[in-house]
Amino acid sequence: MAIRRGRGVAAINYPTGMNLGGDPTQALVHSTPTGNFMVTLSSVDLGQGMKQIMAQICAETIGVPTDRVIIDTADTDTGPHCMGTFASRGTHRAGNAVIQAAKEARQVMLEVAAEELEVNASDLETDGEGNIKVKGAPQKSISIFDVALSAHFKRGRSISGRGMFLIPRSYPEKETGAMKPSTCYAHACTVAEVEVDDETGEVTVLAVKNVFEIGRALNPKMVEQQLVGGSWMGISHALYETTEPYYPNRDHGGTDFNQYLMPGPGDLAKTEIIVLERPSADGPFGAKGPGEMCANPQIPAVANAVFDAVGVRIDTLPITPERILRALRAQAAS
Amino acid sequence: MELRKDYFADVRKDGLHEIGQPRPRLDSPGHVTGKTAYFADRNFPGMLHLKMVRSPHHHARIRSIDTSEAEKHPGVVRVLTARDVPHNVYTILILIQVGPEDETVLADGKVRWKGEAVVAVLAETERAAQEAAAKVKVDYEVLPAVFDMEGALKPGAPLVNEYHGQNYYHYDSGECRKVRFGDVEAGFARADHILEQSYQSSPIEHAPTETTGCVVTPEGNDRFTCYTNTQAMFFTLDNASIILQMPGSKLHFVGGTVGGGFGGKVDVIVEPIAILSAKLTGRPVSFIYSREEEMQISSPRAAEKVVIKDGVMKDGRIVARKVTGYTDAGAYSRHSPYGAQKGAAHYPGPYTIPNVWIDTYCVYTNRTPSSAMRGFGVTIGDFALEVQMDKLARLIGMDPLEFRFINAYRDGDMKAHRQRTEGAALIECMQEASRAANWPVAEKYMAMSSYRKGA
Amino acid sequence: MAKVPVQFTLNGSEKAEFVESGTTLLHALRDKIGDTSPKGGCHQGTCGACSVIVDGELRLSCLTLAETCSDADIRTTAGLAEGGVLQPLQRAFLDAFATQCGFCTPGMIMAAKVLLDRTPNPSREDVVEALSGNICRCTGYEPIIQAVLTAARANSQNAA
Ligand code: FES
Ligand code: FES
Repeated sequence: MAIRRGRGVAAINYPTGMNLGGDPTQALVHSTPTGNFMVTLSSVDLGQGMKQIMAQICAETIGVPTDRVIIDTADTDTGPHCMGTFASRGTHRAGNAVIQAAKEARQVMLEVAAEELEVNASDLETDGEGNIKVKGAPQKSISIFDVALSAHFKRGRSISGRGMFLIPRSYPEKETGAMKPSTCYAHACTVAEVEVDDETGEVTVLAVKNVFEIGRALNPKMVEQQLVGGSWMGISHALYETTEPYYPNRDHGGTDFNQYLMPGPGDLAKTEIIVLERPSADGPFGAKGPGEMCANPQIPAVANAVFDAVGVRIDTLPITPERILRALRAQAAS
Repeated sequence: MELRKDYFADVRKDGLHEIGQPRPRLDSPGHVTGKTAYFADRNFPGMLHLKMVRSPHHHARIRSIDTSEAEKHPGVVRVLTARDVPHNVYTILILIQVGPEDETVLADGKVRWKGEAVVAVLAETERAAQEAAAKVKVDYEVLPAVFDMEGALKPGAPLVNEYHGQNYYHYDSGECRKVRFGDVEAGFARADHILEQSYQSSPIEHAPTETTGCVVTPEGNDRFTCYTNTQAMFFTLDNASIILQMPGSKLHFVGGTVGGGFGGKVDVIVEPIAILSAKLTGRPVSFIYSREEEMQISSPRAAEKVVIKDGVMKDGRIVARKVTGYTDAGAYSRHSPYGAQKGAAHYPGPYTIPNVWIDTYCVYTNRTPSSAMRGFGVTIGDFALEVQMDKLARLIGMDPLEFRFINAYRDGDMKAHRQRTEGAALIECMQEASRAANWPVAEKYMAMSSYRKGA
Repeated sequence: MAKVPVQFTLNGSEKAEFVESGTTLLHALRDKIGDTSPKGGCHQGTCGACSVIVDGELRLSCLTLAETCSDADIRTTAGLAEGGVLQPLQRAFLDAFATQCGFCTPGMIMAAKVLLDRTPNPSREDVVEALSGNICRCTGYEPIIQAVLTAARANSQNAA
């Protein structure tokens, strides 16, 4: 009887978005009289930080600091249609819609600035700090604050834009299954190290090293949040979670957090996260959806590590001590 | 976290002002001060509380429902049954023409899973609603139930859901979604080894810390505002509009920050009945799942069974892969037909295999309907695929990581569902993992790239 | 149902209410008094989202009867920032990106505050122990642990 160590690897990809019924999201952007920008959406923030990401996308596109963008979302009286927050689609679909709307608003903003500066709009650029400058002659500039005031009170222009991003529906071909189920793919590879107590069947995940390729880390700290939390959930799925522990028997399911098991703050694996960025062709600034796939590779990596440690395969999730002990017993018997 | 900017630097423009910057989250100050408004933080004078009477049986005919005692219970304002729901039989994907309508808002004549909603009780307090719910008498005739997918697919199995007519979802392609690529039998015939293995998962709960729910208030002008933690505002509004036979213009949905979703809040379960309650009583109504309801009543991630048969050569090439996937939808479709279909497109995984055969089934059983969850249609498939990859590598005596390099998809490769691979990065992820985990692989693999000239 | 009077201070202000006998402190705070910072994640003592501080002790407000809190000094996350200025603990949660959906955050902050009030220089084990009654489904806990350790360091620097 001993504590045995093992490690396992898994590599995966993950589709962004869904193809079931067409996949649209809209966004509207307009400027306030003093050059702040309101983004109106009906997308939902589940805690992943959708609002913050949309603000950064809008800010980058218009050329203002993020704190000059206000997000108004999840209200069906004001926000235009969004399919919803699922299928790793939020950042990708809503982000593209925001870019389109923001570009249109930016164009009007530059036109108004051009009139004020008496130059061509195509000769103007934003400095990202709230000013519009003439390319090559940066001393000739106007603040976005003044441009917005002028648009509102002098020139009668609406600095606004409409954005619509639609992935048309893909009908799978009946016999071959030819279909376009998604747009771009995120990738991951995880190496898990475990210890298995062959007397109790208990598995301890010592460390996971996760490499994720997510297109573009729009906000690296928020990407990290997703990936760390997702990696935790993957380990949790691998070893603990189920509402029906003796599936297909319906009994014994947990009804609260005492019975439904998940790793607590004292059970954390040492978690390393490495991020690669290969921008996708159609993502906002190349971003793909990282929120779902980050919880997938740990599950097989842990399963493979358990095999490496004790030489038994657990092909049924979750990998409980009971299953490991039964497998060890069967192995010893044969 | 480490951002490895050296990979793919040639195809990426860095140095943007706002993108790529670790800006603080604009919602966090609200979180740390307790100011962020979640739907349940709204409280309206005169608000009623809704409690569901749920089926204690997995499968039963309802002979009769007697609500008279419950109605007399102090504090009870109204008791609703199937008769009160204008369009009681629905399915959420009908919005995108994926039917048939197969689920009842409140059970009508039959229950198909233990926990199914039968009667809604509205009372002045949660406690009164709870007590009155216990007084509703439902006379059931218990029917045989089926819990496992193999059993459900056998001839003569109890029929779970009459709206389907059989215990699986009927796609336009037949009893399953199919992918056919190359000639899988020819691939097996020339393979050095064949390995067929079966993988199984159990249902998994999203377990968000905030349970599913909504608060509805009549606006006095025939409009109803629904504060909800749905993940999809218009999807829910439009479904509510169908179920209630009420123009969408009468409905106003307000979301906000949701206390965790993970896919568990894309079903349209609480909103229609709560809006109906507000309409019929003229009062604000709160319908919030208890923790127990969240864990056992709200849709879990489906249990899945995945059978993989592979043909592999001694040199490491996988030459044929056949996958049969089963998704346990429980008693109703919800999003499961789509999840099973998504699985069909996901197999055979991020590998280039010349001969592929995929069948994915969406199976009905007498259990809690399952639905979307983080990694929908893919998570369990990845578990199966990647454990299978490990077994195959060991079968031919190859390092598991090197074995994956040999089969990894690269730009331009044709996938089984007939899309050319674009933007691949599996190889680079594995190279970086090899370094980070100190898991060395042969130099030729470290020299590989997802790029292909001319692709 | 018989109503009983309850009177306590909430974040320094006097509050008085009549509640039904058996009303939980969570319910009284959220639905009667209007402090919605404690969250109801389970109403059965298993998630910690409802944590508040009663006379210096961490309490699950969903398992505490309001009527047992007469004359108590009750603190919630809503009352933590003084004059609108975030406390180091709150700042640390922001800086560590320790909130995602935020539903667990008020409870986590209460648990962490009681720890830091008693153990200004906690070890990682102390932090883990203090947070072990609080569920978070989003973050994987590590950022929260780091936030509490950072706040402890900030506190001790301020004290020095
Ligand atoms: S609501 Fe009190 S512990 Fe969950
Ligand atoms: S941040 Fe969502 S539960 Fe902790």
